[in-house]
Amino acid sequence: MTAALKHDPHKTSFYITDALYEELIADFSSWQRDELVIRDMAERDLFRGLLEHEARLLDQDRLEDWLQLFTPECVYWIPSTPTGGDPRKEIAITFDDRRRLEDRVYRLRTGYAWSQKPKSRTVRMVSNVEVFDAGRTDTRMVRSNVMIAEFRGFETRCLYGWLGHKFVRREGKWQIAARQLNLVDCDQCIRNPSIVL
Amino acid sequence: MLEKTTALSRAAYLAPPYDYDELVQRDRVHQLIYTDPAIFTAEMTHIFGAVWVFLAHESQIPKNDDFITAKLGLRPIIVLRDSEGVIRALYNRCTHRGTTLCRLEKGNSNVFRCPYHGWTFNNNGTIRNVPWPDGYANDVTETRFNAAQIPRVESYRGFIFGTLNMDAPSLTDYLGGVKGPLDEWLDRHPGGKVAICEANRLKYNGNWKLAYDNSCDGYHVVFSHRSLLDMENRLVAEADKGMSYYKGRPDEQPMYMKYFGNGHHFKDKRPNMEVKPGAMWAVESPHPGMEHYEAELRRRLGARAPEALDLASSEPVNINIFPNLSILGNHLQVFEPLNVTETNAVWYGTAVVDEEGVWGDELHLINALRMRTQEGFPNFGEVDDLANFEEIQRGLAAFEDEWVYMHRGMDIPGRTVDLGNGVFKAPATDEMFMREYIQEWKRLMQTEPNVQIRREP
Repeated sequence: MTAALKHDPHKTSFYITDALYEELIADFSSWQRDELVIRDMAERDLFRGLLEHEARLLDQDRLEDWLQLFTPECVYWIPSTPTGGDPRKEIAITFDDRRRLEDRVYRLRTGYAWSQKPKSRTVRMVSNVEVFDAGRTDTRMVRSNVMIAEFRGFETRCLYGWLGHKFVRREGKWQIAARQLNLVDCDQCIRNPSIVL
Repeated sequence: MLEKTTALSRAAYLAPPYDYDELVQRDRVHQLIYTDPAIFTAEMTHIFGAVWVFLAHESQIPKNDDFITAKLGLRPIIVLRDSEGVIRALYNRCTHRGTTLCRLEKGNSNVFRCPYHGWTFNNNGTIRNVPWPDGYANDVTETRFNAAQIPRVESYRGFIFGTLNMDAPSLTDYLGGVKGPLDEWLDRHPGGKVAICEANRLKYNGNWKLAYDNSCDGYHVVFSHRSLLDMENRLVAEADKGMSYYKGRPDEQPMYMKYFGNGHHFKDKRPNMEVKPGAMWAVESPHPGMEHYEAELRRRLGARAPEALDLASSEPVNINIFPNLSILGNHLQVFEPLNVTETNAVWYGTAVVDEEGVWGDELHLINALRMRTQEGFPNFGEVDDLANFEEIQRGLAAFEDEWVYMHRGMDIPGRTVDLGNGVFKAPATDEMFMREYIQEWKRLMQTEPNVQIRREP
């Protein structure tokens, strides 16, 4: 994910490779270990701030700004099983690369995405933030719990889960290299999720 | 040992005494078929108890003692491969107090022990033991305490179906002509096999038939899925990706639908494409990893690469097996009615199995691509369909405006072609399949099935 870009990830998808899948699976396996928790409250506050900012951008429907939080070669992953599994062998609820993430925003902006017309109003609550050492000073794994209240179609519904963010520092800025949303009911039928989760 | 229900149950599921010829007409249906709880209750026996219903795929229970929990209509069941390898569908219900025996979604076990009083059953359904049996005057291991099971369970090429109706035809006769497209769909895979690999699981607040009404509908595509078509073609100069062939004059495209009888139908969009390896891949819209895996397959496979890429592509067909299975692209979509206005739509993904090793080490590359191609439609297409189904259900609450129409293509000379043996062919954008299957629904609602359950002797 860090190599100089030979291809434009906004237009082509050369970076989703076996190596990337393997790195992703490794990154998101057994990373939430007590001994890896970073106890420094200032650092925790920094990432808490980043997550709250991300949640606000989504709630404010600032999806183009939200895309800017990600690295050019990012992954946005919502597994369909509580263990995540190997996305090469099983389908996920969502597995987006950079181009598909932009597709997602593009579709919502066409004006013809009926499931988002009118748009949902959402409020995301992010809490229980913990920052984990990922073995490099320019990489952090962050866990948070999330609750998404969504008003659509004359009713309010709620989605619950926890987020795993892989942050990397690039040019002095922390960016999201991978974002995994683990819905508590990821392996159950979900009432037509049409917002960016 | 077969067992018929008593008059008490039969009274509960009898179809309400409507004039069914009023309710279901040639060109339109009354909104009650989507909104009336009494009709829904009757459907659970007149439809889901009467015909062969898709229960599970064999790849979900590959080994002896494997099980999954599922449903037949509203009935909780355990579909399993017993210790002898026999595929069965047990009622997930303790014969003592009615408690569900199994609360897991899948697993491997040769026994099921009720968590309430400890009654224990073998996975062939026979009762194994109960705690302190000398507290019973009778023998509690007698036959009537064996777990109930669906009396007829059969597989067709890995697809497990079951029916409670002792008068239903054989499974192969029930499938009839739809076996043709199903065979073709399977045979494009090495060994003629696929395996389920998790699912996109969705639900909507609407009647289950709204999804089945949509399953062969080529008329809605450019409207309901306009955002998807725009999205899929945003990076190309000339729109040809995904379902772009629906644009312009879709009635005149070579794609077609067929109705096969027994409520089954088929939409074949393959004729819109060139007949050559790689043609399906050529219209795939962007997917994660597409360029990398394509380059890798071409490098490793050379002339065989287009065929491999087609295996990763969505097959442009919809094979709809009444009442609850819709094979579309590479998905097995299963409809699970929950109540009159709530339905699960589970989109099972499928992987290429290739037991004979036709694709060697490249198999995993094909599947790595195929997983991503399958996530597109549930994420960007189905959401808008489900929203429209929910809005139909809301619209139908305006109940004095009684009729729902399905007459597109009707009465236009030469438009629907009678191919004999109850098979009809029409343009892919007509509503012929709706009119035909709903007549079958009407027939079933007026026929009392010979429902029985079975217990091991």
